[in-house]
Amino acid sequence: MTVTEERPETPPLAPLSETLTLNMGPQHPSTHGVLRLVLELDGETILSAVPHIGYLHTGMEKTMENMPYQQAITVTDRMDYLSGMNNNLAYCLAVEKLLGLEIPPRGQAIRVMMSELQRIASHLVWLGTHALDIGAMSVFLYCFREREAILNFFEETCGARLTPAYIRVGGVALDLPMTVEKKVAQFLGIFTDRISEYRDLLDENPIWRDRTVGVKLLSREECFRLGVTGPVLRATGFPHDLRKMSPYCGYEQYEFDVAVGENADVFDAYRVRMQELRESVKILEQVIERMPDGPTNAADPKIVLPPKERVFSDMEALIHHFILVTRGFPVPAGEAYGAIESPKGELGYYIISDGSEKPYRVRVRPPSFYNLQALPYIVTGKMVADVVAAIGSLDIVLGEIDR
Amino acid sequence: MSEPTETPTPPPPSIEPELHRIRAAVPDAILGVEQKPETGHFWVTVRPRHLPAVVRTLRDDRTLGYAILMDLFGVDRPEEKERLQVYYQLYAPTRDRRLFLRVAVAEGERIPTLCELFPAANWPERETAELLGVRFEGHANLELLLLPDGFEGHPLRKDFPLVGRRPVLLFNSIRDLL
Repeated sequence: MTVTEERPETPPLAPLSETLTLNMGPQHPSTHGVLRLVLELDGETILSAVPHIGYLHTGMEKTMENMPYQQAITVTDRMDYLSGMNNNLAYCLAVEKLLGLEIPPRGQAIRVMMSELQRIASHLVWLGTHALDIGAMSVFLYCFREREAILNFFEETCGARLTPAYIRVGGVALDLPMTVEKKVAQFLGIFTDRISEYRDLLDENPIWRDRTVGVKLLSREECFRLGVTGPVLRATGFPHDLRKMSPYCGYEQYEFDVAVGENADVFDAYRVRMQELRESVKILEQVIERMPDGPTNAADPKIVLPPKERVFSDMEALIHHFILVTRGFPVPAGEAYGAIESPKGELGYYIISDGSEKPYRVRVRPPSFYNLQALPYIVTGKMVADVVAAIGSLDIVLGEIDR
Repeated sequence: MSEPTETPTPPPPSIEPELHRIRAAVPDAILGVEQKPETGHFWVTVRPRHLPAVVRTLRDDRTLGYAILMDLFGVDRPEEKERLQVYYQLYAPTRDRRLFLRVAVAEGERIPTLCELFPAANWPERETAELLGVRFEGHANLELLLLPDGFEGHPLRKDFPLVGRRPVLLFNSIRDLL
């Protein structure tokens, strides 16, 4: 043929290939943020999948190195923005380990209450979007109705809904408003029925079952090798939950079960999370029932801000307030790791202190980062439609992956 | 579908068994040990070239059971001769024990990759490589992961300015993506 002679720069045509490279994202609705997947397809079967991340990278770890410890909390809840309270908590636990602070029982109970409410809110977003991806529109609307109620509790407690910065080093920002406990208790009564409603909508729904039952995620061994934690690991039947293994904030006082699955498929991960909603309700009921009285914050004026009314009347409180706000508090040199069971898996903060008011290095161990990394191992050999189910089941948040 | 799990009574925190096993498998691997048993923190500094052997020993020993590489990250300490430190957090899920392995290298030195032992190490190694400039030997693909293509410098280093050096575009045109 003369064509190639005239245009020598054109590469020779590849042999007729059956594979198709498909770009999915970064703005695909089922990628839950800005995730880009490059899929190589043979018909509908996936030969390889390569996630491209980093679209939301803003250097949050670097930012935190340049902020006083208390201020850096505002960065943490922007990572996993669906569970801000949990991020606050993990960070504060790590700093408190360095400081050797003890939080009074009421502060602990409020923390547990907030992180369980946040877990429910996060799971509701997961359930709603997961169902939406698979084609069950109505579940999404119901889930967001209940999530709205929880965000209203947050708003009433601390003024913010999505990025609360409520849990602080040394305790919490301020005590619970008087009405919240009662409202949460009322909500829990309704919510238990609502969980059954979601189950009625999905459990026996033939479309839902077709898309989820038997879509294998990862075996236990694969989860270990890939660092996958959270409901995906528990769906393999391995009851790993930091709230039980190494309880923090007094989780050992509450009675709850660790939900586990059997088959490690998308349906089992769904059932694990549904069970976790019920367990969270159980924990919340116990927290509210035995909410202790007393202070919410550690009694260390060098770290915890004084109450506002004392700032106006007491000179020492004013000085402490001034120093804490303008300069922050020094943290003894050392290294500590604080980890919690976030709705998505193990969320940990590793903090290196050089003895100054700002952390020398903050490393976040985001569960979604490791869970997403496992996606190619899950979807290779499956159908395109399963990618959507698998992403939904991993429950990723790109904010904490890219940081 | 749910079964109650019993909280295991924690054994007295000590990493003597770990150190013993490492010393038996790789005699001169350990450079230093630091521990704070009351908070469950243990750090073992390891010679870079012995890292894979040490990790393999810890992973494959059934009684130790460090089956998960929970995290991998680096720190820049410009005032030290071996300025780049990489931390490996190993986790034993059945015992709920954590062990931090520390590896320190000077600029330009290499650390063997752990991708073959733990596929989990793939992305964090890429991240550490781009953000801190640590070189991982044997990693199949050390392309930029979080940073935009063509980014110069290592932002997590202490000498990199917080606001960056120049504005960065994710891509100039759609052609760059193809």
